[in-house]
Amino acid sequence: MANDTVDRHWARTQTLMWTMFVLWLIFSFVVHFFVESLNKIVILGFPLGFYMAAQGSLLVFVIMLFVFASRQDTIDREEGQAED
Amino acid sequence: MATTKDSSIGGKSFLDNLGKIYGIYTGGFFGFVAVLAVLEQMGVPNRMIGYGFVFLTIAVYAIIGILSRTSEVGEYYVAGRSVPAFYNGMATGADWMSGASFVGMAGTLFLLGYDGLAFVLGWTGGYVLVAILIAPFLRKFGAYTVPDFFSERFGGSFARFLAVIVLICCSFTYVTAQIFATGIIASRFLDIDFTVAVYVGLLGILLCSMLGGMKAVTWTQVAQYIVLIVAYLLPVVILSAKKYGIPMPQLTYGQAIQDITNLENQMAAKGWAATVKDAAGNAVFAKPHIKPFTTYDPLNYFALILCLMVGTASLPHILMRYFTTPSVREARSSVAWSLFFIFLLYFTAPAYAAFSKLEVYSLINKGTQLADLPAWMYTYGKLGLVKVCGVDVKVMQDVIAACGKIASHPGVLRLQDLSINTDVIVLSTPEIAGMPYVIAGLVAAGGLAAALSTADGLLLAIANALSHDVYYKMVSPNASTSTRLIVARILLVVVALAAAMTAATKPADILSMVAWAFSLAAAGIFPALVMGIWWKRANTAGAIAGMILGFGVCVYYLVGTRYFAVSFHEMWGWLGTASKAQLDQFATLKQAWLAAPEAGKAAAWVALDKHAQAIASWWGVRNISAALFGLPVGFIAIWIVSLLTPAPSQAVQDMVDATRRPRGGTILVDKGATPAH
Repeated sequence: MANDTVDRHWARTQTLMWTMFVLWLIFSFVVHFFVESLNKIVILGFPLGFYMAAQGSLLVFVIMLFVFASRQDTIDREEGQAED
Repeated sequence: MATTKDSSIGGKSFLDNLGKIYGIYTGGFFGFVAVLAVLEQMGVPNRMIGYGFVFLTIAVYAIIGILSRTSEVGEYYVAGRSVPAFYNGMATGADWMSGASFVGMAGTLFLLGYDGLAFVLGWTGGYVLVAILIAPFLRKFGAYTVPDFFSERFGGSFARFLAVIVLICCSFTYVTAQIFATGIIASRFLDIDFTVAVYVGLLGILLCSMLGGMKAVTWTQVAQYIVLIVAYLLPVVILSAKKYGIPMPQLTYGQAIQDITNLENQMAAKGWAATVKDAAGNAVFAKPHIKPFTTYDPLNYFALILCLMVGTASLPHILMRYFTTPSVREARSSVAWSLFFIFLLYFTAPAYAAFSKLEVYSLINKGTQLADLPAWMYTYGKLGLVKVCGVDVKVMQDVIAACGKIASHPGVLRLQDLSINTDVIVLSTPEIAGMPYVIAGLVAAGGLAAALSTADGLLLAIANALSHDVYYKMVSPNASTSTRLIVARILLVVVALAAAMTAATKPADILSMVAWAFSLAAAGIFPALVMGIWWKRANTAGAIAGMILGFGVCVYYLVGTRYFAVSFHEMWGWLGTASKAQLDQFATLKQAWLAAPEAGKAAAWVALDKHAQAIASWWGVRNISAALFGLPVGFIAIWIVSLLTPAPSQAVQDMVDATRRPRGGTILVDKGATPAH
């Protein structure tokens, strides 16, 4: 049924959104709550807590968005809601 | 596309050959830099090199702008919805990264260390929200402006009008600051009067945007992105290769961070840096580069990240860039590309900061006599950007005299004597690293590109809100296409002139208000936008209540703590976090003001107000993060008021459903628009 796929499309879209949203919360805030402990780990001269705020979280955001774009596209196609 | 020739900018063969065209452009730009480098070796004066960079790059942008002229409404407002994801990403990068990001970001990180990373995080993570919550849905909707969505979703002109007000409040101070930055950079490198430089910048901005609207701005922003990213990366890549043998500053500055920490300890031990007592009572370096929460407490650090991120996701000049992609799918991947291109600059900024800091700390730690200050300090001291012992570094004797007045000054430069303006870090890197002047000129061209491109985007956002939302949708709905475009262009010029005239007066207040834009946009736009897309039950009354209350609380907090700090503190002191000593001082200053004779009233008030600004707050939250209060108020107001009033009509609910499905054309169709693909 057309309505079934529409509902399923929206349900899967929401799940993907919430997954990304939680990841966003983690890498925007939660990781940085532990900056002092993470700073005890040093890689290539970078204290890890500092590194996460300067590069780590940013890298995760970039990768997340490419993954998001491709996942959502898959959902659109599988549920027949993609553009032509 | 009746009026667009196939071969012109924006035409089919242009779009098919974008890679080739911008590839040749990039190669040409490198060639141009090489030619100037050779000219410099042949003895052409620095001033001519500066002129070459500034005028040639502006000329190129202007040519693109003029070639992109259009007489179609759809091209003027949304670039004909034909910009591929990758290029829209570059354009968004240039749109987003302002003159201040380019010139000042690394300096902020230099001064604040870890705490400055709140800006790096805040100005990147917001794109996640743009992608998952907003952009694809607005693209499907098919709006020309952000207020368009508010009007259709929340039935009528009032919601549109509120959105226009918020848009203008957050964009106008911002664009003024961009034009100001253009003036500063142009006047510094061309050695011309600041006011003249502002109008030169204005001309550059108008040439890029007036004839072709969004279409012209898009293709110039792509060109500007290429200039700004090359200019940002090249000096620090060369520096990294020189110092560590690897041209990847983002990897090698870890070593610099280790060295900085060692130098901090050595300087503290010698008494050549400000110190604080640690838990064991030992004097330690006051603000170590990697130590968190030395400037902001954790509450303010995370509040700032939140407000900047949500603000990013609400600024209309950014959101409208995603109206230009050919499809919903491309809008999504375009956000990913945008963040990638922005990331390239922001993950490099901390490397700049670390290398400069290492340079400055080494200088101090080796014991530099005040008579031997390096040349770059004089270069920027003359501009009032570097001070030692409180005086601009202009004349050696003055500096020595000023330091001599400080008790038990050792006669060598100490860290606590030195104050560096945040702009100096990026601008001086080529000089500090001993690179030829051509690199400094390149950096200036990059800063100019960053300021011009952001100014273009902001101006267009404001002018389009006035011409499309106010004039066409509210005042004269029957206006013909040609009238609409004439009105759009006139308003663009009027807004640009108003911003330039404001910038020319060097308004300190307005420039300090730029940081407010993020909180204003976040509180005024984000709740209604997100609820409008994700909660079908949100209705007109709820959205209007949410916008007025959320934005109202935010403005109240910003203005109250900044301009009415004394009465704000007296009213809300019980919610503040001022210490007993601070409260006592407030009482003392208040008494002093009350008791002061007529002649001393003003001075006593200034002292009282200054102290009040430092303590007036709710729970100690700085006013830059005012959206921390505006956001929840906005969301809750929309939720409660919507539930108390009837649900939106079936037609509106169906429309919301349709925005959630990429399939099918846009929801809004404009009679003058280019048909959707």
